[in-house]
Amino acid sequence: MAQTRRDFIGMALGGITAVGGVCTLGAMKKSWDPLPSVQSAGFVTVDVSTIQEGEARSFQWRGKPIFVLRKSADTPKNAKRDVVIGEKVFTLVIGLCTHLGCIPSYDAKQKSFICACHGGVFDASGINTFGPPPRPLDIPPFKIAGESLVLGEEGEEYKKLTAKKA
Amino acid sequence: MAEIRKSEGLIDWLDQRLAVKAFMRVMMTEYWIPKNINFLWAMGVVLVVLFGVLLVTGLLLLMYYKPDINLAFDSVNYTIMQEVEYGWLWRHMHGVAASATFLIIYIHLFTGIYYGSYKKGREMIWITGMVLFIAFSAEAFSGYMLPWGQMSYWAAQVITNLFSGIPVIGDDVVIWIRGDYVVADATLTRFFMLHVVLLPLVIIVVIAVHFYSLRFPHVNNQDSEELNFDVEAKKFLDGRKKESKVVPFWPVFLSKDFFVVGAFMTFFFLLCCYHFDFAMDPINFEPANSMKTPAHIYPEWYFLWNYEVLRGFFFDIAGIAAMDIGLIAFVIANIVFMVLPFLDRNPMNTAPAHKRPLFKYWFWILVVDMIVLTVYGKLPPTGVNAWVGFFAAIIFLGLFIALPFITKHEAKGDVQ
Repeated sequence: MAQTRRDFIGMALGGITAVGGVCTLGAMKKSWDPLPSVQSAGFVTVDVSTIQEGEARSFQWRGKPIFVLRKSADTPKNAKRDVVIGEKVFTLVIGLCTHLGCIPSYDAKQKSFICACHGGVFDASGINTFGPPPRPLDIPPFKIAGESLVLGEEGEEYKKLTAKKA
Repeated sequence: MAEIRKSEGLIDWLDQRLAVKAFMRVMMTEYWIPKNINFLWAMGVVLVVLFGVLLVTGLLLLMYYKPDINLAFDSVNYTIMQEVEYGWLWRHMHGVAASATFLIIYIHLFTGIYYGSYKKGREMIWITGMVLFIAFSAEAFSGYMLPWGQMSYWAAQVITNLFSGIPVIGDDVVIWIRGDYVVADATLTRFFMLHVVLLPLVIIVVIAVHFYSLRFPHVNNQDSEELNFDVEAKKFLDGRKKESKVVPFWPVFLSKDFFVVGAFMTFFFLLCCYHFDFAMDPINFEPANSMKTPAHIYPEWYFLWNYEVLRGFFFDIAGIAAMDIGLIAFVIANIVFMVLPFLDRNPMNTAPAHKRPLFKYWFWILVVDMIVLTVYGKLPPTGVNAWVGFFAAIIFLGLFIALPFITKHEAKGDVQ
């Protein structure tokens, strides 16, 4: 009889300690999470209404360079990658070469993104056409809000593009 | 309770309260070490000295270092290097000692493998040693981030990014480790905490366990001769010191170790004063810039071999992406030494490598292969280099797959 009571106290103590331990670990895990200020900085609104035809402009989102290129009329379209706002057609990509993460630059004459590190070339839609890059430039999650793009949020158009890719 | 009487002096006073004499006997004057050893057995004490150097110089650097992305670079490269008296010395000693620690760890590790000191009762010494290797690797990586130069930043970016290879939760884990979407201020401060508090504490505790685990199986010797330590110790204590096969840790063993430490520290200060630049990458004297990647990113020399295993697999095999194969190989390379005692299927034969017909080839191929990996890890991964890296990585993994078969085969030979 005394033994079972001891067992009960032991198990109760062990159980409560275990619950407390798990909760403590949970609190510690959350202390390591990105802070609210960091998370809110993860959403950036960029105004694309002033970008001219054939012009590529760069922005910063989550510490990464973002290129927005407004395609001129004679640039080939790509339904799987283009971001269309009204009449305007844009290429929106993360400006990091998919080879080793260098930052390519846009050459308006060749209508290509060219990476100086290892000679990778991407066309105006961000598709790799030459050199070591294994895949096209990544498209960041975005949402169209009027003539602006909200980066970091997965809008309808973004989901359509990713669905087409798959 | 002990019987307390009027003490005859300070030592006796302490002895009555702390048993210092018995403690000294157990830890020092009657801790028996075989005579039949060579200078390679001094590496443990060299490592203790280096850890001491790292601790002391680290404390001095800590007084002026500022863990903030806006202040870190200048606090190291201006305040410590130019304003603080002898700040340059502490920094160079800290950097060179980190590098030297890995050099000695590798010698220590290969000594253990060569003389079969990882098995037959010595498994825990080996395993705690490998835990120390991993803890020191984490310590080196977190410390490398602190000056917040270009190499600090991009090494942090690349290494934390490796965790994205974990299935399903990978990307979230990376953000969690960094505390931001990219390596940023939150990353710097948390790795600062790891570098100066948590990891040194872990290392000190594991060192204690490492030493303790050596106590029962005893130190191995050059011929892996099984000694009866009680009998040999008795001979020594009876005055038959020449006949005895053992010596006390203090003063005999340590006096020889101090000589090796002295020779090593001469070499160490030569590096500190005249060749410190090998531990100071020029790219790291440019402040961290998340918008500009250096043309070539490579780790310090002591991580090159596993870095080369990581990138050695540069093409897809059987539908598995090159990056995933590299990651799996990298993870295996980092833990495979840990299980060495269990891959060796000839656990009773502790003879040194030169007395084992197959194991000696295995040992020297491993050493050469790791040197090849180290050399090619620094070179750009293009053309022929990529293929050398690929085959060296295959050989590295192959050696550990072959080890159980080689040792099993040897074990059969032993019986005859």
